[in-house]
Amino acid sequence: MARKRSKHLLPGFGLTLGVSMLYLTIIIALPLAAMLLKVGGMGWEEFWRIVSSNRSLAAYRITFGSALVASVLNGLFGLLLAWVLTRYSFPGRRFLDALVDLPFALPTAVAGLILVTLFSNTGWYGQFLEGNGIKVNYTQAGIIIAMTFTSIPFVVRAVQPVLEEVQVELEEAAKTLGATDWQTFARVIFPTILPAFMAGCVLSFARSLGEFGAVVFIAGNLPGLTEIVSLLIFIRLEEYNYEGAAALAFVLLLAAFATLMLTNALQAWQNRYVLRSR
Amino acid sequence: MQSNPARSPAEYALISLAFILSALFLLVPLAVIFAFALREGVGQYIANILEPATLHAIGLTVLTAIIVVPINIVVGVCLAWLVTRFQFRGRELLITMIEIPAAVSPIVAGVVYLFLYGGQGLLGPALQAMNIQLMFTVTAIILVSLFVTAPFVARELIPLMQQQGTEDEEAALSLGANGWQMFWFVTLPNIRWAILYGAVLTNARVMGEFGAVSVVSGSIRGQTNTLPLQITQLFNDFNVTGAFAASSTLAFIAVLTIVLKAALERHGRQ
Repeated sequence: MARKRSKHLLPGFGLTLGVSMLYLTIIIALPLAAMLLKVGGMGWEEFWRIVSSNRSLAAYRITFGSALVASVLNGLFGLLLAWVLTRYSFPGRRFLDALVDLPFALPTAVAGLILVTLFSNTGWYGQFLEGNGIKVNYTQAGIIIAMTFTSIPFVVRAVQPVLEEVQVELEEAAKTLGATDWQTFARVIFPTILPAFMAGCVLSFARSLGEFGAVVFIAGNLPGLTEIVSLLIFIRLEEYNYEGAAALAFVLLLAAFATLMLTNALQAWQNRYVLRSR
Repeated sequence: MQSNPARSPAEYALISLAFILSALFLLVPLAVIFAFALREGVGQYIANILEPATLHAIGLTVLTAIIVVPINIVVGVCLAWLVTRFQFRGRELLITMIEIPAAVSPIVAGVVYLFLYGGQGLLGPALQAMNIQLMFTVTAIILVSLFVTAPFVARELIPLMQQQGTEDEEAALSLGANGWQMFWFVTLPNIRWAILYGAVLTNARVMGEFGAVSVVSGSIRGQTNTLPLQITQLFNDFNVTGAFAASSTLAFIAVLTIVLKAALERHGRQ
């Protein structure tokens, strides 16, 4: 016991390591390993045939394309909200701040039900849009709206704390030197928040790639037109085509892993930026 | 926050734009739920909620949360203690591992469990030989819920415990406290609000999980249908009012979640 203390000052190393490893193994590592074994067992040619089939390629195009548009929209909306919430004081600010979290708190199936109802041809929004020839339900526009809604908070919550930390001195110096408000924002403030902003956009993109509940309600789910990767996996499972499901799930897992690495790198960049500017 | 009371036109424009967009994309969607749930009157609303399949789904959803949230609190505290109080090999890997479930599509979460416990899965044949059925049962729902919410409590605790440091705990030990006393009287009071915050987020996700649960539950009405699955089936049966009535219970939880979250965040800053 005394020797253990000398290695680790605080107690509980063995206990917390044991609990953590048990949980990680049973809940996370074992299921992931089971899927990797399934993918590994099918052979390269079979795997390639599944992931490069026309239907899969169309599903990637629709999923990644819609997620890209959704994260750009959320980048703009998130930046606006973060700016307004940190820079101005106005009645209802705290209410607006809390409301931003709604898409995280609301189950995705409920979000899907709401959106398909709002944008149906008799819905509150749909009747105006269809009068102008815009159809949202059962088109890619619906997928984009569902992805955008479910990932609204990411950019706001990534940018907000950094924007609060931006030094007032820097802005005042820029203004004293004759910069306009827009120049101050574009040349002084935006570069400071850029890593956090990009991290927020990547998180929003990653969430949109995996979004399922909200999208299936509104997408119409036509192969090649409005079929996302998650749904194609689900269809393969219902057809008992487990190889097909495993291969596509592996592609989504890789995409998730890549976005995780990217956000980690962006966060490290932001931390360096903060340290340097101190 | 600007100190000068006079607002520039740009400031007015930005605040107005933020309010209009938030009303269109956040407030109206919330209002739609209650407007549609109540559109056939309060009597019909109550009848829709008390419909046996919906009532059963509510019960199953609550049961799942009651089991998953405490487990994730205990594991989250252990993980946070481990990675913030000790340096060891594989620490970074551990932090990345715990984040994977939250980064991946919920459908993939369901699929990996199917390939572990399903009939065609890694342990499936062995389980079948022992006559144990895991897939399409409540146990499977609980397991995938644990998976998708794995990092939620630890994620809130790790930055906080890193920032607080170990001085208080070391002082308690040097004054003769044992490990449990130190944890109970020193560590826990410092992190209790963050634990609650993580628990609130875990609960919201568990109650609302759709993709992963729809793969492993089998959606058997009155048996393995959680609320989000029940909502989908009501919608597919063209019972829109019933679907919105069932949704209103989850929307109520969602509103409670964001109110609690805002309150806990303010508490954390003080």
